[in-house]
Amino acid sequence: MKLALGPLQYYWPRQTTLDFYAAVAGMPVDIVYLGETVCSRRHELRLDDYFEIAARLADAGKEVALSTQTLIESESDLKALRRMVENGRFLVEANEMGAVRLLAQRSVPFAAGPTLNIFNTETLGLLADMGATRWVMPPEAGHDLLAGMQARLPEGMVTEVFAYGRVPLAYSARCFTARRFNLQKDTCEFKCIDFPDGMAVRTREGEDFLLLNGIQTQSAKVYNLLNDLPDLLAAGVGILRISPQSAGIAEVLAAFRAALDGRAAQLAGDYCNGFWHGRPGLELIRKAA
Amino acid sequence: MNNDSANTMNTPPPIELVCPAGGLPALKAAVDNGADCVYAGFRDDTNARNFTGLNFDEKSLQEGIRYAHERGVKVLIALNTYPQDGNWPRWTAAVDRAASDGADAIILADPGLMAYAQRAHPQLRLHLSVQGSATNYEAINFYQERFGIQRAVLPRVLSLAQIEQVIANTSVEIEIFGFGGLCVMVEGRCALSAYATGTSPNCNGACSPGKAVRWEQTPKGMETRLNGILIDRFAEGERTGYPTICKGRFEVDSATYYAIEEPASLNTLEMLPELMRMGIRAIKIEGRQRSPAYVAQVTKVWREAIDSCRRDAARFAPKADWMAELNKISEGQSYTLGAYSRPWK
Repeated sequence: MKLALGPLQYYWPRQTTLDFYAAVAGMPVDIVYLGETVCSRRHELRLDDYFEIAARLADAGKEVALSTQTLIESESDLKALRRMVENGRFLVEANEMGAVRLLAQRSVPFAAGPTLNIFNTETLGLLADMGATRWVMPPEAGHDLLAGMQARLPEGMVTEVFAYGRVPLAYSARCFTARRFNLQKDTCEFKCIDFPDGMAVRTREGEDFLLLNGIQTQSAKVYNLLNDLPDLLAAGVGILRISPQSAGIAEVLAAFRAALDGRAAQLAGDYCNGFWHGRPGLELIRKAA
Repeated sequence: MNNDSANTMNTPPPIELVCPAGGLPALKAAVDNGADCVYAGFRDDTNARNFTGLNFDEKSLQEGIRYAHERGVKVLIALNTYPQDGNWPRWTAAVDRAASDGADAIILADPGLMAYAQRAHPQLRLHLSVQGSATNYEAINFYQERFGIQRAVLPRVLSLAQIEQVIANTSVEIEIFGFGGLCVMVEGRCALSAYATGTSPNCNGACSPGKAVRWEQTPKGMETRLNGILIDRFAEGERTGYPTICKGRFEVDSATYYAIEEPASLNTLEMLPELMRMGIRAIKIEGRQRSPAYVAQVTKVWREAIDSCRRDAARFAPKADWMAELNKISEGQSYTLGAYSRPWK
């Protein structure tokens, strides 16, 4: 089983992002997804910067994939998408069907991302026929769905599961970070750069509930399937996705790597894993030993 | 290739009024008040309005289709949730049922299900549901090439200029939401309800389900909860609202406010001339969960508005009594142009 670092969901200053990926080159991770998947207005790193980081990580022995933007609205979004699709070197993760169309037209293998809503074998089979060699289960799905999918997996298809991080729950046209400051998206002043792990949304009783990250809404709790690793292994999952956060990602990767190597591993935090168990996502289900 | 608008450069193409039918009485109300199409679903999780007491069984659907067809109105069946491995046959059976009952089109989100419908019922017209999250022409053309969809319903996230760009680059008919409840999230890309309650719009066809809702009068005011999570608290005399997560009030960075969206309704009546000029082919009215009286009133106003706009788009303006009628049924709720108007974003 391989470990993957998912695309960076947040907007960090340029140097912070460059330093982060320089460090990732030395972390125990097999696959790194790169690219801006949330908001096309973010520009600390341009696509060419990501191509450069990709080349450096590949030189360091990492498998690199480029992730497309999840919500594509404008012609300039499509232009960026086409450039990514035509990069000629790295696998592309398609996060909406426009990307799938362009990748299939070029007859190149691709990864079917977590927002494609793949919930059944028929849809996965169609994507395999179009060139998908890897699919990421939608984070809201759990082990019951996975078991069925694994039983009839298209030949050569590798399954990836979102295993650690704040869960991307929703995407909007509206920027909720800008909204907090009474700004419109077009003149947002890039406020999200001040929140390296998103802005906490608490209930009026002070309970952490969600996170605002630009046009994306995430879970406040960190999703963590470390304790469910035996199930994931038994199901034949090929890749576990770890989602970047501003601190501690090396420790998280080390813990998952240790567990995969059969060593004891623990992470401390206010975690959830409900989706995996077919429960509300925010729940934490502790399995009886 | 459809060529019926070749000589009509100066007249807008016909625009269909697509109205909600949560049950047979609402269907009849829509038909009687001027809908061109009604849309409906079966009584289970194969559609995105899977609520207790809503939707159609076999008999009521057959009667509804007969009623509509006798009056020249089309019936579209929404099968717009995602079948999951393990319950797939229920969705294909629903496709078969819609076809044999004589539906004029089915509205789908799942590619696998589209492939099935195309294979099993090649004559059946396919519409891409808003739940398919297709927001650009590359995505829409993908569904056309692969599955022969003839119409796409756009998520409520694009501005008018962006919609125009879509229309310029596809031969798929474009349908947009014109009136009613407003999802602020991209449809098909929202798991907020799944996270809080375990009930998912994508897989279960419902958001913020009634079984998870609690209303509680407390000394601090009326509290609404979803699976125990406080969604909002209303002061004495404040207009209360159903605890949909995106319409709740929360604390962010020490401010308490509608962090995601005010509980406003979409109303694009004033944009009608522009929508027609752009070549939008259908306007959808949201509200399968609303009463037959609501459906009747909204349908009647929109029918009048569309007819009036077709007669003379240049001089079109929403009439005061239309707005008054709509305000009456929406119980004082405020209106928004949503994403169609750029500043809203």
